[in-house]
Amino acid sequence: MKETKLGDFEEVILLLVGILDKEAYAFRIAEEFESQTKRAVSIGAVHSTLNRLGEKGFLTSAMGGATAERGGRRKRIYQITAAGQRALEESKDFKMSLWNQFPAFAGNLKFKF
Amino acid sequence: MKNPRNHITPPRLAEKLLLWFLKDELAEEVLGDLDEKFYSTAETHSLRKARRNYWYQVIHYLRPFAFRFFKIKNSNTMINHNFKVSYRQMLKNKGYSFINVGGLAMGMVVAMLIGLWVVDELNFNKYHKNYDRIAQILRVESNGQGGIAVNNALATGMGNLVRESFPDQIEELFMVRSRKQAPVITNGDKKFREVGVFLEENGPGVLTLDMIYGSTEGLKETRSVLLSQTLSKKLFGEENPVGKTVKLNADIDLLVGGVYKDLPKNSKFSDAAFFSRLLLLFRENEESMNVWNNYNIDIYVKLANNVNHVQLAELITEKIKGHYDDWARESGQTFILHPMKDWHLNSEWKDGMSVTSQEKKFVRLYGVIGVFVLLLACINFMNLSTARSEKRAKEVGIRKTLGSLRKQLITQFYMESFLYTLSAFGLSLILLWALLPWFNETSGKGILAPWGMPEFWLAGTGFILFTSFISGSYPAAYLSSFKPLKALKGGLKFGKSASIPRKVLVVFQFTISIALIIGTITVNNQIQAAKDRPIGYSPEGMIAIAPGSPRFGQQKELLKQEILKTGMAEAIGFSNYPVTSTLGWNHGFSWEGMDPGFDQSFNTITISNGYADAVGMEFITGRDFDPTRETDKNAIIINESAMKAMQLENPVGTVVRYDPGWREAVNYTIIGVVKDMIKGDPFQRTDQSIMFLDQEYTSYMYIRLNPNVSTSESIATIGEVYRQILPEAPFDFHFADDQYNQKFEAELRIASLARFFTLLAILISCLGLFGLSSFIAEQRTKEIGIRKVLGASILNLWKLLSKDFTLLVVIACFIAIPLAYAVLDNWLNSYPVRTELYWWVFAIAGFGALLVSLLTVSIQSIKAAMANPVRSLRSE
Repeated sequence: MKETKLGDFEEVILLLVGILDKEAYAFRIAEEFESQTKRAVSIGAVHSTLNRLGEKGFLTSAMGGATAERGGRRKRIYQITAAGQRALEESKDFKMSLWNQFPAFAGNLKFKF
Repeated sequence: MKNPRNHITPPRLAEKLLLWFLKDELAEEVLGDLDEKFYSTAETHSLRKARRNYWYQVIHYLRPFAFRFFKIKNSNTMINHNFKVSYRQMLKNKGYSFINVGGLAMGMVVAMLIGLWVVDELNFNKYHKNYDRIAQILRVESNGQGGIAVNNALATGMGNLVRESFPDQIEELFMVRSRKQAPVITNGDKKFREVGVFLEENGPGVLTLDMIYGSTEGLKETRSVLLSQTLSKKLFGEENPVGKTVKLNADIDLLVGGVYKDLPKNSKFSDAAFFSRLLLLFRENEESMNVWNNYNIDIYVKLANNVNHVQLAELITEKIKGHYDDWARESGQTFILHPMKDWHLNSEWKDGMSVTSQEKKFVRLYGVIGVFVLLLACINFMNLSTARSEKRAKEVGIRKTLGSLRKQLITQFYMESFLYTLSAFGLSLILLWALLPWFNETSGKGILAPWGMPEFWLAGTGFILFTSFISGSYPAAYLSSFKPLKALKGGLKFGKSASIPRKVLVVFQFTISIALIIGTITVNNQIQAAKDRPIGYSPEGMIAIAPGSPRFGQQKELLKQEILKTGMAEAIGFSNYPVTSTLGWNHGFSWEGMDPGFDQSFNTITISNGYADAVGMEFITGRDFDPTRETDKNAIIINESAMKAMQLENPVGTVVRYDPGWREAVNYTIIGVVKDMIKGDPFQRTDQSIMFLDQEYTSYMYIRLNPNVSTSESIATIGEVYRQILPEAPFDFHFADDQYNQKFEAELRIASLARFFTLLAILISCLGLFGLSSFIAEQRTKEIGIRKVLGASILNLWKLLSKDFTLLVVIACFIAIPLAYAVLDNWLNSYPVRTELYWWVFAIAGFGALLVSLLTVSIQSIKAAMANPVRSLRSE
């Protein structure tokens, strides 16, 4: 059976796909990851994760437009599926419920939201 | 940059690499992404960085999902399936798998042990960081017997002269006392006799001792010492001893200047437990540091970069020539520089030329044995695998009929051999872990387990891949090529030629095994031959005590009287050198009727009254020194070898004139001749020696124990007396027979390693034979069945099946015997005392091999002969 849980890195990548929307292809996602987290990542690692997320059914992809700096090559644009959306929400809810059980922060968190 | 791509492009090679392994369907998007990354990096950073980054990105695309050779979904199940089938095959033939894996593991572990041993030998002294630049100055001169000798002992004057004369070429020079020193080191009531290196203050720095406390500068003061970690622990426990003092020989206080990490066993200075100052051994007399007539130190130099050894040695010889005494001039003294890298393996000389040393021969010999054993194990492994896989022709047929591709079958067979090799490697690691302590002990090494050594794992991985490839190749290539119809019909014939390589292998294996058996027995015979020699004195029931206190000289007569009074000792005597050493050589003897060309030195020792009784010297003629005769101070006792060398018919009464050069000549009268005593190497001829009488300068004590009292009791009583009279010295006696037996250590080591290798070689050969016999027996199942039906007896069948192998072993005997004879005769020729190559040794080895092989084959042949013929004939 395919694993349908979200890993940590997978979750971040999935969120970035959502954020980047029409610009969500491997190179841009990797750039965005580096600028948001200040951590280095190779395009290959991102691509492999995208591929895995696709296998899990959280992403779909289609070939998009080409640009000059890509040597006229097309890019593969990724898009979150409904299952992906659900997985993200589940992950967030699960974490929220953990936070709410955490006594020292339970109050603070309530104020923020 | 309007159109950057005209000038800047991503590295072509990286792109090619990417396209080579990347799945075609991914090429467009990936290349696009990488290009975009490349140009954006080139713009924000630099072109160089962009290129480097491009490579980085390409390497990071080496992932299963992007790999064209890796069809994930499909091959995952395929690999799982292959593993499962291989695993089941292994389980199904438990006995066979065990033999196959075990045999290979044994070969591997031998190769590992020998490999580690060889690496250890080659890395001698590499612990010292100035390894490449340190050299020892050696002197080359005539040995007085027509040959040329290379010696390490030099004079302190030479050291100082060389140091002052060549400041540009020689960065550092330090002198070390040549003779091994084992004084007593004391802290409070903790006293230990330890071997130490006595050198000049710069020595520890040049040798780059790894300091735990203090620094290598710790020998600045004359009365100072650097302790090894072990000795420091023994004396001070865990605390930092720097600044404290220890006593040397219960006499001088030494300031502890530091503690260094124990030197590894493969360092020249490894047996030292401490480093202290050379000057202490000269009673702190600075003048002794610059004399020319006493050859008692070794000189080590650290050279500047790019100094030519030969040229510098010539310059040194030129320089020292001006100071030659008559003797040095006569013997044509010259000097050479012996680099540190040659100390261990290239330190044997013949007529002044470097020759292949015993150690180097052993490195080569063991290396060859290691490769052979591994090779035997590998070939065996392949043989067993292939013999086994021919049984699987039907499986191949069915698989092919069901649509298996040839590629899949090949993968299957490779997978299997890989699994076997991997298990063998795992087993060999366990064996290595278990055997290493034993191996270190037998070979006298301090080899660490190589778990952290990347080279070891690299070699291991390489070997696994190599072996599984080679041993998997035959079944993979040959069996997978079968026509399924033929394979299923059972019409497959393995021609006669298929068995020839196996037969050659058996002969080869048994040749090696038989030769090793002969060698092992002969090594034991050789040791026995030396042990059976008359020793000339009796080490049994005698204890020896080395000097341990400056008061020993004054107290020794009292000590002797008191111990004798207890009745625990029969006789007590003293000598200036241990009875188990050949120290003390002098020339300058002459006598009436001497051959004028005689120019040999004699081993000279001085002994006290009572020594002859204590060690049990055996007089051939004449008498021992008599304490009541005043004239005996001008008497000498010689041994049999000396009598022969001096060509004396009636030695007793002969007057010998001794003119050592450093004092006036004195005439001595020979009063007795004793049997030769084996003091040095028991495999060498005994030295000609002369014994003088002296009560004062004799500080090694020998006590002949009373044989009517138990040893534990007599030693306890003697120890008590000793401690009362000399409380500052440890009562660290040795049994003289233990010390005597140590002389056989090197040979005993060879013997036990040889036994180990022989045993393994026989075992591996038997495995090979077992594989071959089981293969043949299986091939001939039907034939045996028919023969049985027609009335052949079990004995007949057993003969039929065993005959071929017996012949092979007989052939192996004929090859092994002359081979072993030649090698062993050559080896034994290097010993003046040698055993014969008895015929029974060869007979035992031959018959032993025959017997073992017959037993091995019989297991299979009897099984085959006893089988029910109905079953084998009905099988289709």
